[in-house]
Amino acid sequence: MKVVRDDISIVLGGAAGQGIQTVEVLLTHALKRAGYHVFGTKEYMSRIRGGINTTEIRVASRRVRAFVKRIDLLVPFKKGTLTWVKDRISDNTIVLGEKENIEEEFLEKINLVEVPLTKTALKVGSQLYLNTIAAGLIFGLFGAPVEIIESEVRNHFKGKSEKIVEKNVEAVREGYNIGRSIAEEGKIVVDIKPDEKVKEEILLSGTEAVGIGALAGGMNFLSFYPMSPSTGVSTFAAQHAEEFEIIVEQTEDEIAAINMAIGAWFAGARAMVSTSGGGFALMCEALSLAGMAENPVVIHLAQRPGPATGLPTRTMQGDLNLVLYAGHGDFPRIILAPGTLEEAFYLTAEAFNLADKYQVPVIILTDQYFVDSYYNLPEPDVSKVKVEKYIVKAEKGYKRYKLTEDGISPRAIPGYGEDVVVANGNEHDEWGDITEDAEITRKMQEKRAIKKLETIKRNAPLPKIIGREDAKFYVISWGSTFHIVEEALELLKRDDVAHVHFSWLYPLNPKIKDILAGKTLIAVENNVTGQFADLLKKELDIRVDHKILKYDGRPFAVEEVYEALKGVIE
Amino acid sequence: MTPKEIFESNRPGSKDVAWCPGCGNFGIRNILIEAFSELNLKPTEVVIISGIGQAAKMPHYINVNGYHTLHGRAIPIATAVKAANPSLTVIAEGGDGDMYAEGGNHLLHAIRRNPDITVLIHNNQIYGLTKGQASPTTPIGMKTPTQPWGVFEEPLNPIALAIALGASFVARTFVGYFKESVEIIKQAIKHKGLAIVDIFQPCVSFNKLNTYSWYKEHTYWMKDHDPHDRIEAFKRAIETDPLPLGIFYINEKPTFEEQVPAYKRDKRPLWMRDPKIELVKKFFESKR
Ligand SMILES: Cc1ncc(C[n+]2csc(CCOP(=O)(O)OP(=O)(O)O)c2C)c(N)n1
Ligand code: SF4
Repeated sequence: MKVVRDDISIVLGGAAGQGIQTVEVLLTHALKRAGYHVFGTKEYMSRIRGGINTTEIRVASRRVRAFVKRIDLLVPFKKGTLTWVKDRISDNTIVLGEKENIEEEFLEKINLVEVPLTKTALKVGSQLYLNTIAAGLIFGLFGAPVEIIESEVRNHFKGKSEKIVEKNVEAVREGYNIGRSIAEEGKIVVDIKPDEKVKEEILLSGTEAVGIGALAGGMNFLSFYPMSPSTGVSTFAAQHAEEFEIIVEQTEDEIAAINMAIGAWFAGARAMVSTSGGGFALMCEALSLAGMAENPVVIHLAQRPGPATGLPTRTMQGDLNLVLYAGHGDFPRIILAPGTLEEAFYLTAEAFNLADKYQVPVIILTDQYFVDSYYNLPEPDVSKVKVEKYIVKAEKGYKRYKLTEDGISPRAIPGYGEDVVVANGNEHDEWGDITEDAEITRKMQEKRAIKKLETIKRNAPLPKIIGREDAKFYVISWGSTFHIVEEALELLKRDDVAHVHFSWLYPLNPKIKDILAGKTLIAVENNVTGQFADLLKKELDIRVDHKILKYDGRPFAVEEVYEALKGVIE
Repeated sequence: MTPKEIFESNRPGSKDVAWCPGCGNFGIRNILIEAFSELNLKPTEVVIISGIGQAAKMPHYINVNGYHTLHGRAIPIATAVKAANPSLTVIAEGGDGDMYAEGGNHLLHAIRRNPDITVLIHNNQIYGLTKGQASPTTPIGMKTPTQPWGVFEEPLNPIALAIALGASFVARTFVGYFKESVEIIKQAIKHKGLAIVDIFQPCVSFNKLNTYSWYKEHTYWMKDHDPHDRIEAFKRAIETDPLPLGIFYINEKPTFEEQVPAYKRDKRPLWMRDPKIELVKKFFESKR
């Protein structure tokens, strides 16, 4: 008998095109509606059919929001799955499935609970029902009412014929009954308590959090050229374009995409591009234009490993240096990296205010792990999102690049006011006309690269400290690793270790130096050189004592961070 | 009619014009001002988005909204300006290097997209600002500092290219013909959809072949040409000497802004709009 208490990590593995995603969608939604905390994340190969893709679904009695290496329940849909995840299998792993999907060499060693998935599918009518049966089967182990997953099935297949819907409902019930009998016979006992409050919460992915955040922030123009793993945000926007009455355009390349976004802002829209490192590389020239012309623009960059096309479907925090230094010449920019889905929503919305206010590029850094992960969370409070517009009327004699104390010139847009607006990517005078005057050049360089930067720095928020401020050790994380480090620290249970998370990466507020002074600093980064640690050194002369780095294209697992931290601290 | 003076810029930076004396760019500027004024446009309603090059300096010498951007990138920027605020009259302007070389890809796709903008190409068949290298329209055999052996690449035929792609409005003129050019530019601006006007313009400093008199001698005005006949338009477009001038082709079709969902119900420009917070709430509701 196998008992799993309070927190189960279920991994489904199979080929691309086999429909694991259906199982994942049905299960996570149904489990969440049944009141369980859920977390889902996937890893997949850069191919459309075949290979091995896996999805991890954690279900727990308390909030879980991070990837773990551990597999409690493994459901293989294809031979090869066990080999692919073999370093995640332990004596406690239960394999649930059919012998045909398990490699010979594992049969002896694993805890196998056999289920006649294919036979049941054929009984219902076709192999096609396998996925729905599997979803019902796993759901059955939890013992929540079957009606919940039935209604998920109806919802998922709505739009298909009545017959298909009914067959799938039959399939999910068949699966559910098998699941129940496995549980009742005590072969697998899952003891997880539902929480009424979860039912009130929402289930959101990183992609959706960024997408809906942008819409809440007033995004009304998105231009893009597809590139994994950023495309989801563009797809999201396109699918909501009619409802929200916004413009979403797939351009001929990334160069056109960002130039369009720049043009849209110039005319007063709130525009965003969504891209990945390779696409952003093409946007650098226009980034410089935005810098010189003081043209706002918002860029969502979902990182994947590079250089070049790297690992298209995998994850890394490797593009911080790219966005820090992209573009020629000196000009300020703002770099954000949400750590939680709540933050992705609020920060993406805020990015538009920041771009509007400071008239600089604002870059939102996520990564494959972040955009492809999802979990339940309390509904964000949309009333907290404030749309701040900084557009002014062009009065007579309007100067687009008026020299001001804080480096910010009020921005007018064409067609609003009595005078014209002249913007320029060449060095310019206050009116926006080309200049080669040494004195004006000096003033304009200082305005952009010093005065404006200082203004942004002064107003930059500080990192979040979780734990005791007087802790001896500070574990520094940024962006998507937030929950992984959070859970690793919960395991570590030491009150001399605190967590410092940065979701505002640049420019850094000078006060951070005092906050981090005198601590033993440990940076956790999903890249090979520790790019953020280097930034702390360069910007604030803060030396990180230890770096915990992972750069195999996979996210950190909670266990890995926990082990590494123990290694450093003990 | 709007007086032409309102398009004269009083900004200090507009006084020192960077064009060489005798350059065709002056003529194009005057043609533009005349066209704007005859169309009764107001300076605040017009936006010129230019790329980089001598031609692209236009926004500094004229009193309308302007954005001097990057080499080859005027078209995507202009497209978005028009899409964000369709009440503006938007012109993308640049040289032959700007529009046909660095910006070639954007031109192709603008034709597919069909935004309601006017693309003006100052075609001096040479790179002016970088001092006389060959451009995509430089004739075979011309020797330049960077093609000392003489250009051997087939010159681009922008007119034939645009017609082949089914562009909405395709015309060619020569700056030496003031009245006719004003008329063509007016037609181009009034045309609903992407209007491409290739303007022959002598570069007196670097192109010693394609001079004012050369263009006069090697061009003619099309008479009795039906611009709605694509085959005829194409035949005219591949004539080489003399080169036809006038409106080659008109292909009425829906514009980009007409088709984006943003304006189906709401006609206000994007800057006047607020986020639809109730829809954000509805989205969250659907995620329960
Ligand atoms: C990305 C980039 N590459 C090259 C240049 C240098 N450059 C400036 S103008 C120009 C060509 C100008 O020729 P054309 O577009 O025909 O305009 P003209 O000066 O003849 O009006 C070039 C190559 C640049 N500014 N930007
Ligand atoms: S270089 Fe040629 S195109 Fe440029 S301003 Fe001089 S004459 Fe005109």
